[in-house]
Amino acid sequence: MVRLTDSVIDVQAVRAAISRDEAGAVLIFEGVTRNHHDGRTVMRLEYEAYAGMAEAQMSAICSEISGRWPGARVAMVHRVGVVAVGEASVVIGVSAPHRDEAYAASRHAIDTLKASVPIWKKEIYADGSVWKANAEFSDEAPSR
Amino acid sequence: MQVHVRYFAVLRERKGCSDEAVTLTGPITVGALYASLFPPTESGVLPVMYAVNEAYVPEDHPIAAGDEVAFIPPLGGG
Repeated sequence: MVRLTDSVIDVQAVRAAISRDEAGAVLIFEGVTRNHHDGRTVMRLEYEAYAGMAEAQMSAICSEISGRWPGARVAMVHRVGVVAVGEASVVIGVSAPHRDEAYAASRHAIDTLKASVPIWKKEIYADGSVWKANAEFSDEAPSR
Repeated sequence: MQVHVRYFAVLRERKGCSDEAVTLTGPITVGALYASLFPPTESGVLPVMYAVNEAYVPEDHPIAAGDEVAFIPPLGGG
């Protein structure tokens, strides 16, 4: 399951998409909107995506993880549009036979998403706004 | 030849539109097209990645007629 959505992410649906009897570990990662950044009060976030390419890149991450950690299954859903403080902007679910693979695959999924999935975030403060760049961004094209 | 260019985030705001048809008079790479559409400003050149037809390509990738070209400014997903 890979999806962009403009409404609150259904975490139980993400969990259901990866649940299976072979999995001994299920991890749900939620990236959530913080209420502050560098001492400024964040009112909300606005996300924008290159929709078709973003979903293709998210699918590529899921395929890569299934190849690298056999038995791992991944689902990821990312918000677009306005995301209020306290809401999840991204939910990544991973199931795997054992917890070591689940933790490694989950970490890899969010790190790779931040580096390669064409989604942008504008932080709206009480007194202005800024397009935020992920530390993982590099202007070298990803190899996939 | 004509190509379809997509603008996102800070580049969309700089252009004032999210996409447009651009007519090219000869062979050009994605990197050169970016430089011509977004000349350096006082703060320099924004580093971008390049995508053609929804796949990442290197800066020296040649553009073909009918391509959908996107400049990918620093990402903020997650």
